Amino acid sequence: MNTLSRRTLLAASGGIVLARPALAQAGWPSRPVQMICPWAAGGGTDAVLRIIASLLEKELGQPFNVVNRTGGNGVVGHAAIVQAQPDGYTIGMLTSEICMLHWQGLTQITFRDYTPLSLMNFDPAGVQVNTSSPWKDIRQCAEAIKASRPGQLKASGTGQGGTWHLALAGWLVAMDLQPDHVRWVPSNGAAPAMQDLAAGGLDLTTNSVVEARAMLDAGRARSLVVMGPQRLPVWPDIPTLKEAMNLDWTAGAWRGIAGPRNMPQEARTALEAGLKRVYDSHEYQDFMNARGFGLLWGDAAGFARHLETQDASLGSAMKAAGLAKA
Amino acid sequence: MEGLIEGAALIAAPDVVAAILASAVYGLVIGALPGLTATMATALLVPVTFYLSPIAAVATIITASAMAIFSGDIPGCLLRIPGTPASAAYTDESYAMTRKGQAEMALGIGLWFSAIGGIVGTLALMVLAPSLAEIALSFSTFEYFWLALLGLMCATLVARSSPVKAIAAMLMGLLVSCIGVENPAGTPRFTFGVTDLLGGIEPIPALVGVFAVAQVMRALLMPEPPPIPRRRFGSILAGQWALTKRYPKPLVRGNIIGVIVGILPGAGADMAAWISYAAAKKFSREREKFGTGHPEGLVEAGAANNSALASSWVPALLFGIPGDTITAIAIGVLYMKGLNPGPTLFTENASSMYALYLIFILANIVMLPLGIAMIRTSTLVLRAPRAAVMPVILLLCAVGAYAIGNNLFAVVLVAAFGCLGFLMERNGYPVAALVLGIVMGRMVEQNFITSLIKSDGSLAPFVERPISGVLAALTFTAVLWPVVIWVVRRLRPARLRPTEAAE
Repeated sequence: MNTLSRRTLLAASGGIVLARPALAQAGWPSRPVQMICPWAAGGGTDAVLRIIASLLEKELGQPFNVVNRTGGNGVVGHAAIVQAQPDGYTIGMLTSEICMLHWQGLTQITFRDYTPLSLMNFDPAGVQVNTSSPWKDIRQCAEAIKASRPGQLKASGTGQGGTWHLALAGWLVAMDLQPDHVRWVPSNGAAPAMQDLAAGGLDLTTNSVVEARAMLDAGRARSLVVMGPQRLPVWPDIPTLKEAMNLDWTAGAWRGIAGPRNMPQEARTALEAGLKRVYDSHEYQDFMNARGFGLLWGDAAGFARHLETQDASLGSAMKAAGLAKA
Repeated sequence: MEGLIEGAALIAAPDVVAAILASAVYGLVIGALPGLTATMATALLVPVTFYLSPIAAVATIITASAMAIFSGDIPGCLLRIPGTPASAAYTDESYAMTRKGQAEMALGIGLWFSAIGGIVGTLALMVLAPSLAEIALSFSTFEYFWLALLGLMCATLVARSSPVKAIAAMLMGLLVSCIGVENPAGTPRFTFGVTDLLGGIEPIPALVGVFAVAQVMRALLMPEPPPIPRRRFGSILAGQWALTKRYPKPLVRGNIIGVIVGILPGAGADMAAWISYAAAKKFSREREKFGTGHPEGLVEAGAANNSALASSWVPALLFGIPGDTITAIAIGVLYMKGLNPGPTLFTENASSMYALYLIFILANIVMLPLGIAMIRTSTLVLRAPRAAVMPVILLLCAVGAYAIGNNLFAVVLVAAFGCLGFLMERNGYPVAALVLGIVMGRMVEQNFITSLIKSDGSLAPFVERPISGVLAALTFTAVLWPVVIWVVRRLRPARLRPTEAAE
């Protein structure tokens, strides 16, 4: 009964709550909130979550503490969010891996075990080549790939079965090629792959353009395409796959905020509104642009749809590439 | 020159000076606690840098990491518990000096030669950065494979025990490094369905376990060692100048090894310390004294890990490639503060670049007085009763292990490695070789497999590529040299016998 009346009150004063965040303090949250980061302190996910936490603290008037729960290739942290008390006082960040780990048979947890709150970031995959490569645009690159023997060309960007591996496999399938037509060279992340590309050890990389940024600036590599829905504001000259080749394949890494299932409506309302204001704030926009992270907003319903489509498309890409267990 | 003056003005700002001092103290404390590493010290600073000016933000990271690498020597020397992996290579040596009553000398070496190494590394960063980075950039997985293999060879060189036992311990480390899903095939290995094992075994919990926990267990079983004579702790820097003049070669070699290994992305300060300690032993005229509290190896390795720290910024600043985990964090901060890595940083942002160099030098100078204060405080540990010190250490190990990932499993790992380390030590297997295997294992495997994938299974590129060929020759020499010596001795017994008799 109490909750219901509060909910009505909140709904009635929705406009006022949005305009004056101080009012939200009266209800939820009444104590500090823990935000779980499934990846290590100092990495990209950690940095994004920490800026979101510090801005949420300003919006909602309670401390938001980031806790890094690492290990198990992200399984440990993602599981910790699911297993938390669903009172809204423990939430966390979901990354693309949540739609991949269960296909690999590494966990039972899927996106359905969460209450999605908001999508905060999307970094599309790119195609990078060495500056001395003869391929000047993505069409030349695609022609060369089609003309090559299976396994002749080598690509990298992350470990076996990682996000960027699937980006490549999906793109090859979209071109009516076998998903392993270009051989994948597993690496410890994008930085060593970009270094090996510059050293001449690889033909192309399919990590995000942000991760290639330093090599692009140094004139060591060229980005030919982004596998996203639109061009990136920082690199307006790089075409999308749709524009350059009329292919519908998109792939990328994304980050969103979610809590365990069955969170109270009160907490959801407060967090969704707070996260929207965080996303729109100058601080967040400036931070993301300075780091080169892609901005993509999705509210609770939008994030839920995003999770569903990503889970399906990553699942089919993994099955096609022979990387799925289930 | 104008840039230099502008840079000096940038770091003279009060907020920058305050940031340097505060992060220096912070780095010293974190580095001295077992399990809390220099990487962790910098990672925890990232949220703080949100609120600082660009130069102050970079200054906190540079200063805190340099301090943490030095102060990792302190618990290693006093208690035989290395504070950071970069100190693990020479922990036994410096602890042996402490047992001989030369703790201040050992710590002074750490401090003095760390500072020298840091400054030399900075000079290398200033003068050689662009040309050296060019060479480092031509390193592909083939070259890294040989480099990692060379690192592994150090296991037999640093150990005082029989080489066979050292190799056995190293192989054990390699086995541990196989655990988890982070291998080239992305297949879970030795995880037994345990989620926590998927990510593999990190070197830190293993290191804390085999050194710190095993040390506590030993202390439980052994009678209290004869107390170190109660006396005023001698001057820390006295005699360091004499050592500098006595060991110019190891000092120079340590600096060179540190600079080169540091510039190679992915190698870092840990590897520099191992390789330089092994080199010091290999080329020393008094090799038999190593491991008994001999300063020579400390001089070389202490300088090497700090010069590696500075030079690992070369690829980070020029290409945005992290030389180690610390610079990986620093790159993020640089982007956030609009100091984007790349060649343009050196031209468009010249004053910021000079400010950065000056911070490096300043941090290494500040290290001397603050380091002395830290050493003086921490040597109280030597006088405290063992029954009081050991429980505190055990507690710190558990807290440190938990703090890495807020994961209770890390605490279990530390305990397990403690038991393993204790058993190994009892039976004469060097635990340092085990740690080396864990640190290098993933690098060896990753680079070997990816190289083979790239060459379609052919082994030829491992020796055909020019730099790769040189590294291969070095590795084979290191393996075959002892065998050749042995064979030559066996073939010419007549000539050797008289000398032996004379001895």
